[in-house]
Amino acid sequence: MNIEALLLSVRLALCVSAILFLIGVPLAYWLAYSRRRWKFLLEAMVALPLVLPPTVLGFYMLLAMGPRGPLGKLWNAAFGHGLAFTFAGLVIASVLYSFPFAVQPLVASFETIDRKLLDASAVLGASRVRTFRRIIWPLSLPGIITALVLSFAHTLGEFGVVLMVGGNLPGVTRTVSIDIYDRAQSLDYVGANRTAFLLLVISFLVLSGVYGLNRRAGRRAWAAWPPR
Amino acid sequence: MTLPNLSVRVRKTRRGTAATFFLLDVQLEIPSGISILFGPSGAGKSTLLDCIAGLTQPDAGQIAIGEHTIFDSEKRLNTPPQLRQIAYVFQSLALFPHLTVESNVAYGLALLPEQPRNERISEILKIFRVEQFRQRKPPELSGGEQQRVALARSLVTEPLVLLLDEPLTGLDAELKGSIIDDLRTWNAAHKIPILYVTHSRDEVDALGERMVALDGGKIVSEGTPREVLEAPRRRRLAQAAGFENLLTGTVVDLREPDGVMRVRLAGAACEIEVPLGHAAPGDRVRLAIRAGDILLATQPPQGLSARNVLEGTIASIEHRGILVIARVDCGLSFTVHLTPGAQRALELVADKKVWLVLKTHSCHLVEG
Repeated sequence: MNIEALLLSVRLALCVSAILFLIGVPLAYWLAYSRRRWKFLLEAMVALPLVLPPTVLGFYMLLAMGPRGPLGKLWNAAFGHGLAFTFAGLVIASVLYSFPFAVQPLVASFETIDRKLLDASAVLGASRVRTFRRIIWPLSLPGIITALVLSFAHTLGEFGVVLMVGGNLPGVTRTVSIDIYDRAQSLDYVGANRTAFLLLVISFLVLSGVYGLNRRAGRRAWAAWPPR
Repeated sequence: MTLPNLSVRVRKTRRGTAATFFLLDVQLEIPSGISILFGPSGAGKSTLLDCIAGLTQPDAGQIAIGEHTIFDSEKRLNTPPQLRQIAYVFQSLALFPHLTVESNVAYGLALLPEQPRNERISEILKIFRVEQFRQRKPPELSGGEQQRVALARSLVTEPLVLLLDEPLTGLDAELKGSIIDDLRTWNAAHKIPILYVTHSRDEVDALGERMVALDGGKIVSEGTPREVLEAPRRRRLAQAAGFENLLTGTVVDLREPDGVMRVRLAGAACEIEVPLGHAAPGDRVRLAIRAGDILLATQPPQGLSARNVLEGTIASIEHRGILVIARVDCGLSFTVHLTPGAQRALELVADKKVWLVLKTHSCHLVEG
């Protein structure tokens, strides 16, 4: 089993979950409470990675991150090297790819909070920030945990985007899924099976955790995701 | 100290389909004490409260508490709800389910240092008799206890105005009465304007000081509850106020010396005597009669002061708790309320022949 690949995948998943959390919470707040008419366009964009083949997303990311792509140029100007086939490039692509898995559970759990509670909070003098901290956050905590767990698990298992953007550099961009692919290609079925089985077990444990948590809370409030 | 009134002048349109189009256009002056805002559902009561609290922005108008303006469309002034110092108790109460009673009540006192905050909380919990539930969470409380906590949470902030949107729905009359008494006790010391939305008669009777009737987004009547309810000028308001019988008829003649006029009821070949109104012979008028104001007799009544007796048959009898609802067919249908005892004593069943007795002054003229 390739420990290096596994650790890389875990590191990638942790980075991506953290970034998705930081971007996802404000975005989900906006999506849940804004009354803008064109909100649906953003909703569609967020959901895009759900239906797009990872290779399509990976292909465009590769173009953007390449030496002549806008992202690549920007990165080169700032850090003096390219973005494609680096760990940072992988993180950016994975963030986009796992976006709906973080944002949708957050939106679902924000939306199920009774609006009257937010009105009551405002009338009692609480600012938006305080309302978020004292009311929205605790009431949607299970949804927030779901979002974190799903973005972690989804990033851990991604393949297409990584292959397109990251390539296959040991210790830099060779994640577990790439490692499994490599071994299967070179007919090392025993090695492939060991890693594949581990990934299967991790994914199953993570998802049972999420569903079990949803069940324990026994409320529809944040059980809107994952869909049953 | 002069007690600041709440003055409101707002216009608000809600666009949508023809069915949901809505125009709120009111001007109100709410003095200190309890004022009841009364009207059928969809009249605009909640929209009006939302405008006052700042949760909805009116299209135009001005809202002020005493000298202090909190909304003025011309000056583009719109104080956010956080800074209006207006307390608002919703019909759903909106207690924070994850916080204890104490934390709920403390929620609006974030800026206060700990000691005065705790004193205020203890005091208000005592006034509303919920001290013993301090450490409980709202879902563990009964409906009445939750309503008391909601009032305590709003009033502990010492607001300048209190808005109540049917806060006591679903409680029995006795419990309502005791909560209303506690609210009165609190306001005896604070004397702020309280705008109380309800369409429940027992709350109106228990609160009864001032009443504003709203219908179709406009104020249709203002005064004491008695003045507003006894002379409903509008049909929908009449229904909301518990006038189960709404009849149309044509004025036959006016008997001004007696203060009455005779009206021929549409659909029934009979005339009844009603109080004199602004009408001329031949005019169509609408009459409202409470189901509880109609007497039922199983024989032609004699020796009565009541001037109107109508013959009919019982179409149906319906039991609803301690209320018996009889529908009587006299060519047109009347709804009559009676007690189960009266129904048994008179052996009232469907198809039985009866006589309805209507006092002249139980027949109210309504507009529209």
